[in-house]
Amino acid sequence: MNQAPPTLQGSTGAVMVVGGGIAGTQAALDLANSGFYVYLVEKASSIGGVMAQLDKTFPTNDCSMCILSPKLVEAGRHLNIQLMTMCDVRAVEGEAGRFTVTVHERPRYVDMDKCIACGVCAEKCPRKVKDEFNEQLNSRKAAYLMYPQAVPLKYLIDEENCIYFEKGKCRACEKFCPAGAIDLKQTAKTHQMEVGSVILAPGFKAFDPQGYDTYGYGLYPNVITSMQFERILSASGPYEGHLERPSDRRPCRKIAWLQCIGSRDLHRGMHHYCSGVCCTYAIKEAVIAKEHSKGELDTAIFFMDMRTYGKDFERYYDRARGDTGVRFVRSRVHSVERAAPDSDDLSIIYADEDGRLQSEVFDLVVLSVGLETDREMRELADRLQIRLNDSGFAETPSFAPVATSRPGIFACGAFAGPKDIPQSVIEASAAAAGSAALLSDSRASLTREKVYPPEEPAIHAKPRIGVFVCHCGINIGSVVDVPAVRDYAKTLPDVAYVADNMFTCSQDTQQLIRQAIQEHQLNRVVVAACTPRTHEPLFQETIREAGLNRYLFEMANIRDQDSWVHQAEPEKATAKAMDQVRMAVAKVALLEPIERFHIELNRSALVIGGGVAGMNAALNLADQGFHTFLVERREQLGGNARVIKTSWKGEDVQAYLSLLRSRIVQHERIEVVTGTEIEASKGFVGQFITTVNSGGQQRQLHHGVVILATGAEASEPREYLYGVSDRVQRWHDLEQLFEREPERLEKTEAVGFILCVGSREPARPYCSKICCTASIRQAVELKERKPELDIYVFYRDIRTYGLREDLFKQARQLGVLFVRYSPDEKPSVAAAANDDGRLLVTARDHILQRPLQIRLDYLVLATAIEPRDAKALASIFKVPLNEDQFFLEAHMKLRPVDFATDGIFVCGLAHYPKPLDESIAQAQAAAARAGLVLSQAHIEAEPIVSVVNPDLCTGCGLCEKSCPFGAIQRHEVPGRGLVAESIPASCKGCGVCAAACPHKAIDIMHFRNQQIVATIRAGGEKLRA
Amino acid sequence: MTSETFEPKMLAFLCNWCSYAGADLAGVSRFQYPPTVRVIRTLCSGRVDPLHIIEGLKSGFDSVLVFG
Repeated sequence: MNQAPPTLQGSTGAVMVVGGGIAGTQAALDLANSGFYVYLVEKASSIGGVMAQLDKTFPTNDCSMCILSPKLVEAGRHLNIQLMTMCDVRAVEGEAGRFTVTVHERPRYVDMDKCIACGVCAEKCPRKVKDEFNEQLNSRKAAYLMYPQAVPLKYLIDEENCIYFEKGKCRACEKFCPAGAIDLKQTAKTHQMEVGSVILAPGFKAFDPQGYDTYGYGLYPNVITSMQFERILSASGPYEGHLERPSDRRPCRKIAWLQCIGSRDLHRGMHHYCSGVCCTYAIKEAVIAKEHSKGELDTAIFFMDMRTYGKDFERYYDRARGDTGVRFVRSRVHSVERAAPDSDDLSIIYADEDGRLQSEVFDLVVLSVGLETDREMRELADRLQIRLNDSGFAETPSFAPVATSRPGIFACGAFAGPKDIPQSVIEASAAAAGSAALLSDSRASLTREKVYPPEEPAIHAKPRIGVFVCHCGINIGSVVDVPAVRDYAKTLPDVAYVADNMFTCSQDTQQLIRQAIQEHQLNRVVVAACTPRTHEPLFQETIREAGLNRYLFEMANIRDQDSWVHQAEPEKATAKAMDQVRMAVAKVALLEPIERFHIELNRSALVIGGGVAGMNAALNLADQGFHTFLVERREQLGGNARVIKTSWKGEDVQAYLSLLRSRIVQHERIEVVTGTEIEASKGFVGQFITTVNSGGQQRQLHHGVVILATGAEASEPREYLYGVSDRVQRWHDLEQLFEREPERLEKTEAVGFILCVGSREPARPYCSKICCTASIRQAVELKERKPELDIYVFYRDIRTYGLREDLFKQARQLGVLFVRYSPDEKPSVAAAANDDGRLLVTARDHILQRPLQIRLDYLVLATAIEPRDAKALASIFKVPLNEDQFFLEAHMKLRPVDFATDGIFVCGLAHYPKPLDESIAQAQAAAARAGLVLSQAHIEAEPIVSVVNPDLCTGCGLCEKSCPFGAIQRHEVPGRGLVAESIPASCKGCGVCAAACPHKAIDIMHFRNQQIVATIRAGGEKLRA
Repeated sequence: MTSETFEPKMLAFLCNWCSYAGADLAGVSRFQYPPTVRVIRTLCSGRVDPLHIIEGLKSGFDSVLVFG
């Protein structure tokens, strides 16, 4: 069951997060922004984890470092997060709410307060060692920085390889360090921290393929792991993003990926589970490699089942197969061998679909290695008395997906099972939700508030503009001539300082920007880099810390809208970058400081949808201390879970559901409103007013945030005799029939399941994710109840991802027969004429290559999961849907429960089909994010709003008519008649009123008419010349 | 000027919430298009005043696009 109701008094308002990868960082940020002090413990010298090593991320191909870096920087400089790098947790004593944690800190031999990250120590260090961050593909020094954007940006001395620690002399680093930061006398320290809860996010280790003698890893230089390939692709990697192979650094022309290395393998030393991420990352690597390759590149992925089960993954697979031309070879690989005695090329010997032995030669072979926990993580679990499952991951129940076996200690990310980044981020937020509920009585007891320096009243001075041009690794620099753009910026009016940076978003660059503002008395800043949609807030925060108003800032988009889209025309892309910089400089010169304003916050939440997701979201918010309305359109709570017998692990869903319902109904802070539909909603974060209708009776709910958990449902098929023969059933119907009439099962001899009914087809190109596991779970249960029953599963790819693979294995062991079909040769179903209505299924056997005829008593169709009509809600709350009509989150990777609109969140099947445990985790994540908003003192609103000049207003009312938000209204002024007035809290700054006003009496802050006109003129300047 | 050499210089007003995001997405997807467009971000295409369009043409652009 979920966490016990928080009855704690006097808990400690601090949390320890162990592991500074994306999961740990997200959990730390969520908690620190919700009123809890966080100790973020990382064993390495910097946070960032594996995500920092990745080049791009699927399925959006976002640059991994570009989306991660802002989070690392935020965590690194957060007032309520204490980074503890080079630290290990030794012991956790006490109980939930009041733990004492012992932390061991290894010496860095560099004084963090003194190190200025100049790199002289590394330059002078005479000892070279293999660079782990670059996966041993090149070398670093014994004095080194983990990676260029490291947070904290501090060097360290690697004791194991340092000549001084070996031989007692050298000390070159100490001699040359200009800051006197080297301290070779440092010793290990022990710290004790008082915390209320602990979140374990130590991540995973990539499987080491040395254990295989068949693939030649470690023997042939051109057999590498997928992690090594990520580093090869990366601009900041060992080959600077050039697609070369290790043996001779020749450009690659033909690359193969071998899937399931270390995963789905029953041999000793390998793992029986599926690692869950390798299929999609291999597709990503192949697609990105093709993009990097200057010439023709042939890519082939050798796989067993293609498991692209996540949101938009199947489309990604389709695109890779289609336009991009990645080859997919369904096969079993026998071995990798040298193609010829004097060649570094490799020959892959494999059995194809028909079982015939084939071979093909490649330049480079990438092993798609799986995820595992290493010895250190298992020892950590042991010290903390956390149970691990037999796959070595933290054991978590489906119904409390981030709870470990020890109360008050949570687990998230890959430590709790192999998973991708979005799911890790979801679990991280869920773990934050669990902590926030547990420690709700001590919120804000240990946190401090940020104090900014006073703003410089420099606005009246002549503009002094600083322009920072970003290389973004090679994302911009390989197309746009960045130094030329920098030099050009120097020639523009009012520009007082220019610089170019490898990554303008990295923590050290923030420091450089602040320094430049001070040293050169800059009062305006332009960053020419990626897009303001993701990075503007980071830079605004930076200049605010340097005493400038946030709004004296402008970005020029020279990556997303320039270098990425004009890759073949570097000169013209450079000219465009110069123009966009000139336009940004013209605008920034006219920008004015604006004060943010505060909106009062209603601390109630509205959760829409009373299924398991909605109930969990409501329960966590209420446990966190917030009043919550739970609105359900049916008369009873429970949603889809009402017809599910067990989770994939076999836990009793109905027992869970009745416990959950009773906790909801009894909770003093939850008001359940059933039989009720949403009619309308107005307002904004902090102050929503939503009109609901219960059987004709209207009511208005006032709330500060809203969570959409409206679910999805199984589609009704029009094939396979569904609706014609009552022996053809959907999903859980047969299970329930056998429950009601057990004698039917006694008479049954054969049952079939068809998967992908309506999914992964042109009309619904997505994978419904849960069908493979749910169907196999049923098959296993039937087989256990009646072993002599014949069970056939007709499938396209078996997608029992992660630890669910065990279920697939169990099904095969029990004798369930799996028959693969292809979408152009689907099984056909007929009613056998003289056989009591039994069914005759004809399918083509993929091994025997001939048709099979199978007689079945019953056929179960795993039909596509489709969103319930989400359009109405999407339009009421003005949030987007994706192509498949599921709600579209703010960012697929790092903001998986947020919408772009503040104060609105999504979870459960309304976001995408997912199993119960993932729905619950996502619901808790949504509650964490919503609770973060509700825990603020007030809402700080964007002040980009309309302003009326009453002297010019004639009271015509065009503005009032044109405003879609009711944010401008006329009122009577004695002696003047009607005059328009702006309502800043409702205003979205769209500017429709300003464009509509015939007298130009309305202007928009930050988008003033004169600012736009100056930008237009600057854009046209060169054209006129 | 022949039609082969004429490259119209375009000014595009893009709405932050849709078309500007769309232009970013084109970048993420690496869709290649001609480098002859200059972009001004607004918080809504509704912000674009007819006079801004005239200003664009006066400033030397051959065409002005408003996406929203």
